[in-house]
Amino acid sequence: MKKSKPTDIPRQQVPEQTPEKRIKNFSEVPHGYSEEQAQTESLRCLQCKKAPCVKGCPVEINIPQFINAIKEGRFLESAAIIKQTNNLPGVCGRVCPQEEQCEKVCVVGKMSQPVSIGKLERFAADMEQQSGKIKIPAIKEEKKEKVAIVGSGPAGLTAAADLRKMGYQVTVYEALHRPGGVLVYGIPEFRLPNKIVEAEIHVLEELGVEIRTNVLIGQTKTIQDLMKSYQAVFIAVGAGLPRFMNIPGENLPGIFSANEYLTRSNLMKAYRFPDHTTPLPQFKKVAVIGGGNVALDSARTAQRYGAEKVYLVYRRSREEMPARKEEIVHAEEEGIEFALLQNPVEYIEGTNGQVCAARIQKMELGEPDESGRRRPKPIPGSEYELPVDAVIVAIGTKPQKVILQTLPDLKLNEKGNIDVDPNTGMTSLPGVFAGGDIVTGAATVIEAMGAGKTAARGIDHYIQEKKRS
Amino acid sequence: MSHTIIKKQGLARNIFMMEIKAPLVAQKHQAGQFIILRLHDKGERIPLSIVDSDKEQGTITLVIQVVGKTTKEMERCNEGDSVLDIFGPLGKPTLIHEKGTVVAIGGGLGAAPLHPILKALKKAGNRTITILGAQSKENIFWEVKMKALSHDFHITTDDGSYGEKGLVSAPLQRLLQEGTKIDRVYCIGPVFMMKAISNLTKEYKIPTIVSLNPIMVDGTGMCGGCRVTVGNDTKFACVDGPEFDGHQVDFDELHKRLQFYTKHEEFAESHLEKERHQCKLGDFNNEKE
Repeated sequence: MKKSKPTDIPRQQVPEQTPEKRIKNFSEVPHGYSEEQAQTESLRCLQCKKAPCVKGCPVEINIPQFINAIKEGRFLESAAIIKQTNNLPGVCGRVCPQEEQCEKVCVVGKMSQPVSIGKLERFAADMEQQSGKIKIPAIKEEKKEKVAIVGSGPAGLTAAADLRKMGYQVTVYEALHRPGGVLVYGIPEFRLPNKIVEAEIHVLEELGVEIRTNVLIGQTKTIQDLMKSYQAVFIAVGAGLPRFMNIPGENLPGIFSANEYLTRSNLMKAYRFPDHTTPLPQFKKVAVIGGGNVALDSARTAQRYGAEKVYLVYRRSREEMPARKEEIVHAEEEGIEFALLQNPVEYIEGTNGQVCAARIQKMELGEPDESGRRRPKPIPGSEYELPVDAVIVAIGTKPQKVILQTLPDLKLNEKGNIDVDPNTGMTSLPGVFAGGDIVTGAATVIEAMGAGKTAARGIDHYIQEKKRS
Repeated sequence: MSHTIIKKQGLARNIFMMEIKAPLVAQKHQAGQFIILRLHDKGERIPLSIVDSDKEQGTITLVIQVVGKTTKEMERCNEGDSVLDIFGPLGKPTLIHEKGTVVAIGGGLGAAPLHPILKALKKAGNRTITILGAQSKENIFWEVKMKALSHDFHITTDDGSYGEKGLVSAPLQRLLQEGTKIDRVYCIGPVFMMKAISNLTKEYKIPTIVSLNPIMVDGTGMCGGCRVTVGNDTKFACVDGPEFDGHQVDFDELHKRLQFYTKHEEFAESHLEKERHQCKLGDFNNEKE
């Protein structure tokens, strides 16, 4: 039989729960690859010497090498290769925008569809988790210096793991009662199952990272307190403060920030109410404002709570939506109605004192703005009322203020985020580092992880330099 | 960390006090701050004012009114039991700026969070006038304790079963009409009461601080569930408050937002009763995760 060229093999599609079925549950939408599928997909990789995919990855996973291990059936080794640079492979395999990163620059993609690197990463991570033989990474040599990490989201966990592997004594402080940050309060179960996050965090604990929950740095303890007992501190608290549009009626009952809506559902498990005490009502008609991943997560969650109609109200067109294409398709399949080129201008109060409608203005696209996307401008006289009993505002987040108000000397950038040296992650205060959304503004999980890696190297360098001097 | 209940004591009808081990919170607590508590791993996160703290013992004191599922569950806890999560101290502490005459008004449960503020006001050298109000005699607590911190003390009940019959606004109105020089009013209680007091003091241009307790999830500024309109701005009670200028707060909006989950709260409470009933019958099945 003539051996087919790698590029002749079609990209392997993962099976998914059908839209009819999945809108009635919170289980993960795509199933993983079978061993056979994963190995077939791995044949499509050209094993490029100069591997542009590796440069496309913010944490520089050795992609050809891990795919080769899958091809040869060495699945656990494949996971180990990924974990040399990425401590959260099960998470990244699911929520990374691979189409914008490694897969975007994949050489196979120039001839046909790129290698499904993300799905293969998920496969390797899942195989390791299912095997029960999760490898705890080795620690080079124990060091006595202590590092405090503030925040247990992707940036904090990554820095914690890297520093611990270098031998530092690492404590992670988390404000909420569960570690994981946005991975547990924000991203829904149907996109990232909790047990995946838990298992990957568990590995860090096995590695010797200490996690202390229910500590709000800035209130329970200050950075100054931490600097007394730790040689360095890494601030990775994210950009937690929800943005609102400041339009009339926005504080009416029935209007949520996406953070609140998703936290009630994901962290507090409101879908198990009343066994779990936190409530989240089933609404009839829901408008979600925004076009990013968080907006889609909110819309799809509302659908799963049994809403009759969920509208995604976005002021630009589909092309400009910042959400992952894969999730846009999922949302469409699930019956979310896209109200594109539309923007709310006011919310109207019903006789019950709650929101009963959104007044929506239609938009058209004008000249490109500073983001390169065409600027939406209102069409005069286009306003109409959309009857809704709930609104979820998902238009982005701002830096969290609690920690900043106790650090008056900390240098901020013009956006109000923490200013750092991009090479080391160090802030204007010696020994205090920062990374993730608190530095960049809201971005992706993997970018935050990249920042965690940079800071870990920066902290190591800082502590070793200080020791020498 | 285990948060053991060191002491539990009934104070009035449906109101009880708990002293709980929470050394980190006790260490940093200042008057006016609160915590978020989660009783067990299926529990909700509820904000509760810190009423007192003991830095040496590492304990905080909470005063709780039985109003829903979680507070009912807490009422069933005993000394020696523990609370799963205590998170704080949260919010900004009370600004105790002047030395002068201050009126501290507490309605119902509001007397409890008023206590540390009153203590701080007195310590700062203020002349303190305290007005406590309750529905009825059996709802009053800490009369002696509050009186000891006050130069002048008034008590009112809605039904006249104790003290003066009527609302807390009556003694304040009298003080104002008599021309008492008041530098500031602190008021903690039900929304309608804080609104009435704020309306009254606005007429007399007396700065008035109210402490708000809206619906909250995380307590760190992340969810925005606790947003309140103060003047022309939206503020988050958890990080910008909980204390605000009473003359600027939109109390009607706050009231509406507080009502949002009423039906769910009732349902959760009845579910708890059902669970308890089944438990007694011995066929209670632990929910499988």
